[in-house]
Parts: sequence; structure tokens; C-alpha cells
Amino acid sequence: MYQYDEIDQALVDARVDEYRDQLSRRLAGALDEDHFKPLRLKNGLYLQLHAYMLRVAIPYGTLSGAQMRMLGHVARKYDRGYGHFTTRQNIQYNWIRLEESADLLASLATVEMHAIQTSGNCIRNISSDQYAGAAADEVDDPRPWAELLRQWSSFHPEFSYLPRKFKICVIGSETDRAAMKLHDIGLQLVRRDGELGFRVFVGGGMGRTPFVAPVIRDFLPTAEFLSYCEAILRVYNRYGRRDNIYKARIKILVHELGAAEFTRQVEAEHAHVKTLGIDAPEAEIERIRGFFAAPAFEVLGEDYPPPAPPVSTSREGGEFELWVARQVAVHKVPGYRIVNISLKPVGQIPGDASAGQMEAIAELAERFSFDEVRVTHAQNLVLPHVKASDLPAVWAKLVEIGLADANLDLASDVIACPGLDYCTLANARSIPVAQRIAALLQPKEAELGELKVKVSGCINGCGHHHAGHIGVLGVDRKGTENYQLLLGGSGAEDTSLAQILGPGFDETGIVNAVGKLTETYLSVRTDGERFLDTYRRVGAAPFKAAVYGEPVYG
Amino acid sequence: MAKLLTGNELLRGDVLWWTGAGWSLTIDAAVAVEDGEALLAREAVSEAVSDLALIDAERMDGRWRPVKVRERIRAYGPTVRDDLAIAGQDWR
Amino acid sequence: MGEPFAIDARALGDLEPDVVIGPEEDVRGHAALGNHRVIGLAFPKWRDGRAYSSARILRERGFAGDIRAIGDLTVDQLVFLKRAGFSSVAAERPLDAAVAAAALARFPFVYQRAADGALPAWALRHAQAEAAE
Repeated sequence: MYQYDEIDQALVDARVDEYRDQLSRRLAGALDEDHFKPLRLKNGLYLQLHAYMLRVAIPYGTLSGAQMRMLGHVARKYDRGYGHFTTRQNIQYNWIRLEESADLLASLATVEMHAIQTSGNCIRNISSDQYAGAAADEVDDPRPWAELLRQWSSFHPEFSYLPRKFKICVIGSETDRAAMKLHDIGLQLVRRDGELGFRVFVGGGMGRTPFVAPVIRDFLPTAEFLSYCEAILRVYNRYGRRDNIYKARIKILVHELGAAEFTRQVEAEHAHVKTLGIDAPEAEIERIRGFFAAPAFEVLGEDYPPPAPPVSTSREGGEFELWVARQVAVHKVPGYRIVNISLKPVGQIPGDASAGQMEAIAELAERFSFDEVRVTHAQNLVLPHVKASDLPAVWAKLVEIGLADANLDLASDVIACPGLDYCTLANARSIPVAQRIAALLQPKEAELGELKVKVSGCINGCGHHHAGHIGVLGVDRKGTENYQLLLGGSGAEDTSLAQILGPGFDETGIVNAVGKLTETYLSVRTDGERFLDTYRRVGAAPFKAAVYGEPVYG
Repeated sequence: MAKLLTGNELLRGDVLWWTGAGWSLTIDAAVAVEDGEALLAREAVSEAVSDLALIDAERMDGRWRPVKVRERIRAYGPTVRDDLAIAGQDWR
Repeated sequence: MGEPFAIDARALGDLEPDVVIGPEEDVRGHAALGNHRVIGLAFPKWRDGRAYSSARILRERGFAGDIRAIGDLTVDQLVFLKRAGFSSVAAERPLDAAVAAAALARFPFVYQRAADGALPAWALRHAQAEAAE
């Protein structure tokens, strides 16, 4: 993975120094809250319901063991012993003290970590595919390009006061494991006549007005991709709406101009900015690529691809076999596997990990995964390069730390935002709803198969409810919590937006409604159909009837 | 129904409640404020406590119970972590 | 308001702007800007960042005079203003000179090319390779 040189380190250190100065000016009264707040937000520090929350960046979701260990140390020393991995591959701490925040950032800087631009109206963390560098279907590893974007976007002088936040995602395959088309800019690596380039999507997003991003450029040569992003951002900075916070994302601009006109403006701006020397030279691309070269894989004799482990619909077979069948994916190198670590043990808080768990995972990464661990946008973790022969040892350790649940992409693998238990923006609690749904569905989740349930506590949609096969949206209905039910969303390459099914429910009602949806699915599905496929085939009517008791036809 | 003055301590972020003489970490030490807007304006000047707000609360069994669920969770702690919440308070 | 803060030698602090352009205006639509000595770009509110684009565009078109940032600005925007091509700042609340100087000196490198001519990190990293070309 990328390693800082003196330039990267100097910039992160300077940023800590700058923040420390801003904080001391604030505490001395030389800077009022109105002017300090945007500065602390630029370093990811929010005032939430109970305390300050810090969002630490995990660039494109990639961590070393030492970095994961530092995240555990931060949890112990500066927080209450745990952290929350987010739907943007970052980590959040909920109980940070402002007076300690500069020291915390300084600690992070010693392991090449920071909280730069994890909040505010600027370019946020670049997200990517958690299987990068390990997946067999990769056209090219997206992470060097994500690193180039990280550097280009950090402290960008023209784009630090945008109309609103800006999220970019880079993937390296047709398979979309990162919800790429639901980002402000989505970049997909492709080849055309052997040449590497990007398919460029602009204007995706969830929240109040969800959109699937349209393609605005079918093929962009890699040599021009930074200047092209510069052009997109300049058009957005100049013409994005600033009159209404709910209409300020680039998706609104693309929608209001229309993709064709938006594209025309970007192409015109690009024709100009690409002459300004913005694109990094080939030498820099190669330098960064060098950090992502394949680790020293052993040459292991194995049939390739390996035979799939049997996936049974009963709980026969040992726990280990069940875990392998569910959590372990095929690696591009014979003899190796991709290991998914569920952070959704039934009964626990989705996406949370204790300091002890983080430290144990750091050790697993160092011993068994070439010192690498990844964070997924589904709030889980990945050990990308594990030898098949090491799987029993890895699993045994996960059992010991309580993270051996075998539920990847199953019904109890629920995504939930922090919700009203933590977040000032929330209208309703999301974690308890997620927990109750998981508990209800877990006994039959093997039978249900792939089912992505996503719960958001407010319209901002940090739980990605628009991308859920089943989405739950918490709202405030006359001062009480109310939950809307949505169906048919997907953040994969078959991207679609979930549609609302009918009137909302209270907490118990929404859990029961989700249960009825799964019963309907089981009674209507044909062989091999996922829940999402069944919904797309039969439509909302049978589900609506089951949940609301209406006639199916009429 | 009463109004309580609340905010967050600048240095630490802790939720604070106006006691009449100063600030407390516990809602049960809060007092109903009479001229809330004037008090808020006065306390806002020092900026030692940020995000000042007046919230509605009722007395129930000798304790303060904010009217809105958000304010109850803010006062008592996350509903999903008993170890990080105030014991004996029902946020529902 | 006092004398504008000078970011660099192009500042003409004793002159008023020949024109003040609002953030909603298109600098490319303005005629005859080349004749001006001081162009003001307004910041009615610090969070409205459109003028950063306007300043850069003016520099890209070759304007060599004083581009002055006018409005709701603090020392915390100074580095961005400088890199975007501004040469002076007339802030609603005067800037503390010592804090301003420290802010401008704090970041020893830059990652990306902008209007100030600073070499991006990748240019420094491959200077030898570039020199060899």
C-alpha cells in the first residue's frame, strides 16, 4: 500500500499544526464558533448528540496492521473503547474531547493517518473496491488512481468551498462492490483496444433526491483523468446551486442541466484545463503503482479456480465450513483467499468494533494477510490475501474475538447508520431497528440467501437505504419515530433506487413488515432467484398485499 | 411543562444543563428557566458552552423528562449502550 | 476597514478596485478586464467559494494585476486565496499580520497545480527525470 514520502508527511504534520493553532485561537477566544466550526469540520470533528465525533479517513478503505492498531489505541486513549466503521470506508469515534483533538490528530499522523476533509463542503474520502488487488475480475487495481485522486483533492485551493460535500469512487471491474454509480463522480477502469482508461459517471447520490449517475464520458484516457476531474469540479463549483442546501449536490446540477448539456460544459472546460499542466506525469503514476504491486505470493499448487465449497441451506456441517462457504471469496492467485470479517454479529451494533477487536485484527493482518486489511462500505472488514491453509487459524482467532459470524450479504448483515442514538441529524433510531430485523431473520437467513437490508435514521441516507433490497428510512412523524419501507434498490452494477412501498410504521411495525416481505419472497420465488430478482420480476403488488393487507390486483 | 437550558461544553463536548447557578452534567440538577431567551443570550457571550438551546421538559416521578425523544436520548445516553447511558432512565 | 492585506508583490493596496465582481457573475463574460489594475472579487459569505474559480480563471487568461478578495474572510482562507491567484485581501475583520504570516508559511509543499506557480509534489519528486528530458 502507499507509503508517505517526506512531502506527504510534511503536509499531514502541517495540517495538525494548523489545526492546533486554530484550536488554541478558539479556546483563547480569538476565533468565534461561527468561524471555527467550518475549520474543525474540515478535520472531521462534529458536535453530535452526546459529544464531539471524529471521523478519521481511511483512504480507499485500505489499512496496514500498524494503522489498525493505532485506531484501537485511539479508541482506548481518546474515546470509550470502540469505534464505528462507516458506509464510506472511514471510522468514527463518538466521545472525543475537543481539548484533546489536536493531540489525537498528531498521534494519527505518526502512522500516516488523518481526518482531513472527512467533513465540510469539500472533496471527501475517495472510496474504492475492498477486493482491489485481489479480485480475479479486475481490469486494473483502482487504488493507485484513488491515491492520485487523494493527493489531487487534498487542500485543493479552488474546491475547498464547494456548494456541498463531494464524494468520488473508483472501481476496477464491471462488478461493482462499492456502489460507484451512487457517487458524485464514479470512475470505472476499462480497456479500449488494449488502452487503459475510465468510464466516467457524474451525478449519482442518495439522500433527499436520489439519482443513479449517468455516463458522461465513455472512455477517458488515464493520462487526462485528473484534469477531467478538475473540469467537473470547476463546473460544479461555479454553477452548483448555493441557494438551497437540499439542492446543492452535483446530482441536482446534472439533472437540471441534463446530462448532455452538463457534459458539454465539462468537455469545454476540460479542453481548457488540460493545457494547464494539472495531470500527473507517467513517472508519478508508475511511482504510486509501485506501492500497490502484488505482495510476495507463494507459488502454491492448487486447482484454479478452486472448487466451490458446498453451500447448504441447513446448518449441517461444522461452523468453520459454514464460515468458509459464506465469508471467504476466491482470490486471483491460486492457493489464496479473500476473507470477509463480519462486523454484524447478531446482537451487537452493526459496524462497531472494540479496541481489543481492532488490535486482534491488526495482528491477523500482519500474520496472515501481508499486513493489509480493508474496510467495506457495508461496514465490514476484509483480509485480502490469506493463504487457504491459514483459514483455520484466522477463523479460530475471529471466534475468540466474537467476529466469526457467517452472514456476508445475508439478512443479518444489515447496514445501519448511527441514527438517533448518536447523530444530531437523525429523526429516528436506526441501530435497534437493524438489530431487531437481524435477530428476526437470522434463523432463516441461509434459506433467504442474498438479502441486503439497509437502515437510515434520516433522509440524508448514510445507511444507504435507497440502495437496499429492503430499505428502511426513519422519519419524524409528529414528534414520534416512524419508519418507511422501500424495496428494490441495489448498489451493485445493476444499480437501482429502492421505491417506497406504502405508509410508514412504528418500530415494531417495521420489523414485522420486513418479516412479511421475506415470507412473501419465499412463497413466490422461483429457483435461484434472490429477493431482489423476485421483486423485479413480480413487482411491488404481492409485497404490498402482504404488508398492508390490500388486494393484489386493484 | 417547563423550559430547560442546555448546551455542550466547548472543551469536552459534554451535554450540560443550567442549574440556576452554573452548569451540570446531569439533567436532574437542571432548573426550569423563566426568562429563557435572555438567559441564553447572556450565556452565549462567553462561548464556554456552545449550541445553547431551550428544550421542553416535564416532571415525572421527581425527575426531568424531555418532551422530544431526541432530547431524551441526548440527556440519558445512547439507547443501545446501557454502559454509556444514565441508569434508571427510560428514554421511551 | 484599513489597508488590504498584501499576499504578494502584485498587491496595490493604495488603489481601490476598478471593478468588483460578484460570485454569481461569470468572469469570462466580462470584457476589457485586462485594462484594470485592481479587480475585486466579492466574498459575501466565506462559504461561497465561487470566487476561487474566478480568480484562477483570471490568472489563466493572463491577468497580471492585483486580484483582491473582498469580504467575509479570515486568515484560514489565506493559503487557498494565494494559491487561487489572489494578491490581496480586504477582509471585513482585519487580519492579524503575525497569524497571517504563519498561515502562509505553514504548508511547505502543495499537491496540485494551481494559479500560484508552485510546483506540485509530483513535479518535485520527478525533478531529475524532468530535468533529464
